[in-house]
Amino acid sequence: MGAAFFPVLFFTAVWGAVGIGMPIMTPKGPHQNLIRCVLMLTAACCWLFWLCCYMAQMNPLIGPKLKRDVVAIIGREWHNEIVAG
Amino acid sequence: MGSLFRSEEMALCQLFLQSEAAYACVSELGELGLVQFRDLNPDVNAFQRKFVNEVRRCDEMERKLRYLEKEIKKDGIPMLDTGESPEAPQPREMIDLEATFEKLENELREVNQNAEALKRNFLELTELKHILRKTQVFFDESVPTVYKSSSAYSSAKYRRYLQMADNQNEDEQAQLLGEEGARASQPGQNLKLGFVAGVILRERLPAFERMLWRACRGNVFLRQAMIETPLEDPTNGDQVHKSVFIIFFQGDQLKTRVKKICEGFRATLYPCPEAPADRREMAMGVMTRIEDLNTVLGQTQDHRHRVLVAAAKNLKNWFVKVRKIKAIYHTLNLFNLDVTQKCLIAECWVPLLDIETIQLALRRGTERSGSSVPPILNRMQTFENPPTYNRTNKFTKAFQALIDAYGVASYREMNPAPYTIITFPFLFAVMFGDLGHGAIMALFGLWMIRKEKGLAAQKTDNEIWNIFFGGRYIIFLMGVFSMYTGLIYNDIFSKSLNIFGSHWHMSYNKSTVLENKYLQLNPKGDYEGDPYPFGMDPIWQVAGANKIIFHNAYKMKISIIFGVIHMIFGVVMSWHNHTYFRNRISMLYEFIPQLVFLLLLFFYMVLLMFIKWIKFAATNAKPYSEACAPSILITFIDMVLFNTPKAPPQDCETYMFFGQHFIQVLFVLVAVGCIPVMLLAKPLLIMQARKQANEEVQPIAGATSDAETGGVSNGGSHGGGGGPHEEEEELSEIFIHQSIHTIEYVLGSVSHTASYLRLWALSLAHAQLAEVLWTMVLSIGLKQEGWLGGIILTCVFAFWAILTVGILVLMEGLSAFLHTLRLHWVEFQSKFYKGQGYAFQPFSFDAIIENGAASAEAE
Repeated sequence: MGAAFFPVLFFTAVWGAVGIGMPIMTPKGPHQNLIRCVLMLTAACCWLFWLCCYMAQMNPLIGPKLKRDVVAIIGREWHNEIVAG
Repeated sequence: MGSLFRSEEMALCQLFLQSEAAYACVSELGELGLVQFRDLNPDVNAFQRKFVNEVRRCDEMERKLRYLEKEIKKDGIPMLDTGESPEAPQPREMIDLEATFEKLENELREVNQNAEALKRNFLELTELKHILRKTQVFFDESVPTVYKSSSAYSSAKYRRYLQMADNQNEDEQAQLLGEEGARASQPGQNLKLGFVAGVILRERLPAFERMLWRACRGNVFLRQAMIETPLEDPTNGDQVHKSVFIIFFQGDQLKTRVKKICEGFRATLYPCPEAPADRREMAMGVMTRIEDLNTVLGQTQDHRHRVLVAAAKNLKNWFVKVRKIKAIYHTLNLFNLDVTQKCLIAECWVPLLDIETIQLALRRGTERSGSSVPPILNRMQTFENPPTYNRTNKFTKAFQALIDAYGVASYREMNPAPYTIITFPFLFAVMFGDLGHGAIMALFGLWMIRKEKGLAAQKTDNEIWNIFFGGRYIIFLMGVFSMYTGLIYNDIFSKSLNIFGSHWHMSYNKSTVLENKYLQLNPKGDYEGDPYPFGMDPIWQVAGANKIIFHNAYKMKISIIFGVIHMIFGVVMSWHNHTYFRNRISMLYEFIPQLVFLLLLFFYMVLLMFIKWIKFAATNAKPYSEACAPSILITFIDMVLFNTPKAPPQDCETYMFFGQHFIQVLFVLVAVGCIPVMLLAKPLLIMQARKQANEEVQPIAGATSDAETGGVSNGGSHGGGGGPHEEEEELSEIFIHQSIHTIEYVLGSVSHTASYLRLWALSLAHAQLAEVLWTMVLSIGLKQEGWLGGIILTCVFAFWAILTVGILVLMEGLSAFLHTLRLHWVEFQSKFYKGQGYAFQPFSFDAIIENGAASAEAE
């Protein structure tokens, strides 16, 4: 399992708040149910979308294949110095 | 309840209105816009109805108003549109209105007539002025003499004639001189040349000339001159070009002939005195008359303008009033007269929740009309299908319109619109995912929403704009969701953001980098162990060699995952329908097998995807290493066809988890077993129920069996109907319906699942197009150096920006929109939505006036 604890908890909490917390707090009114429905669907869709992306990268089967110049640029720009030798 | 989830409950009501109060009550109801009246005299034609006279009078008034409007538009006077809607006037005020319009129209017509006469007069005088001026030139040309004569008048004429003949071509000269020249040389013989002068349309001139030449055998002589300034045609106000001509001829016979030809060519002839002094005098007279006419014309125009400006202030108001009166009388025509002739009876559909408001409106109407007897609103029992009424606001309206475009929901059926509010923009965004493009779209939507009132006030005929404006909330939400999915895809104009720092690191040394053109990072050593926390790792954006392979695997999986969940959601919605309509048979033998079928086959596939994501990794030892990872699609095909899977590579296992083979066989068998249940159970049960009902209640005819069978087949093949005719449906028909339904569902769930792959295809296409645009266009500009590079970059950027907005946002957006629409209409709604209802069309002044204005503009 390649999941980190913090991001999973954080994003689940964020979307949980939107999808569960906010519907509870929705003010009474003629559109209460509609707002709840909208919030819950938003949270469900967005959370699942994030989750799928996260899980798809969790246990990679292949690594990215980079061109030589891209490797060089990454080495310079992302502070990932290429080891001499 | 009043929510969007189901359409409003409707009631059929009977309305008794006092004759005196009917008008005021209907007017109040029109302001309210919550009542749909039914035509109670469908077989009476439009000319035999009670208030046909009033309707005709309204038509007449409307015609007058349109005439006024046309005149106002012709003068370009701005019409005051306050946007307010005055109440429908009392019937007695109609006469005042009629009188006002009559007076205005007559006045205007008179003014127009006068103006036209004056203009015609003016035209004639101008033409005459031109004739006098031009012919002066003709006559003057002949002053240098070649010939002296004692008979002053005729010889002067002859000299002129000769002079002119000189200017003409050889032919003419030869002929004319051949005869007359010879005769004229004989002394004492007087040559009397006549002439006519006139004005003709310039385009007719060549034909006119030819005709003259042929008809008079070349014995006439024509001079012409163009009038430089175009003249106004008084009948239609067009600007026309004309020419002055003068024709010389000899003898009366030719004169009549020439005059006839002039008549035939619609040339206007004017008297032109022969003596120069007379002409001068006449010219003076004409000039003074033109000046007089000009002042009179100016005054007439001023008067017309004043009348129109006064009318323009009230015109919109009058239009509203007249349309309201007309609508009221139209509605009154739908009513039935009571036997006593004292009251009118109406039948109407009314939302149950609004009965109170309607009662109040009726009471207001009665008070206004001063009638003492209150109107009676009476609920009726009916077997008819009530209309579907979804109460929408400006936000939900556009989404409801998307659903209604497919078909208006059956009465009280689950309405997909509230769910569409989110699922539509979301599925759109899966295809359109790009932070930059999404932001452009969202900002456009936001701008329309912020400027809503101003934009709505300036009504335009531009259909495309109206579509965009109507869907402003959809566009905004689509943009916002596209921004989110763009963040997850980590695409912003095809580039990535590296917010959290890539979770892949390089461990290659210099010599390896220099020796190899491509280098693949190894998941075992170069990967941090946990993924990039939010969205796609930016390293994949620069991994030119295998980015697409990775993205395809990921995007195909999410398409199927979201597709299957969307379809399951649709099936669950059908459960809400079955419970609401108390349709136990459909619930047990349709909903449950459908859900089981979908879960066991397709949701199982989704689960396999998650299992694969969790269990297989390059870092794991065999049998869970990357080499052993099975293909989900092949696994699924093998499962359904009961194939024995191919032997796995060495040290790998055929199955992902213990007992998978058993579970798969079981799932497929159960799923296949669901098909006959879907196909046969319901029709067989209905058959049985009918038989029992027939046996048990044979003596007591109708009533109970009606109710029962009506209830049973309710919501089956005919949505929510219920009623006597339901029973007539034959069993064979039920069987056929059910088999079609089943085949559609079973085959559909396969093809629909595949259909969701369009999410992957379109998002891939979108990302690739964006990338191509970047590398082929913008990067050219970015690679330039120096100050010239700055200029090139500016141009290239402009080009890139235009293509981005035009192709990627507009066209790709449109295509993604249409695909999303299809996914909702076909893949989602086919699971539960019948859409066989008819829309509630309340009698509402707002709608009538809006439509009236729209149709008037279309004319």
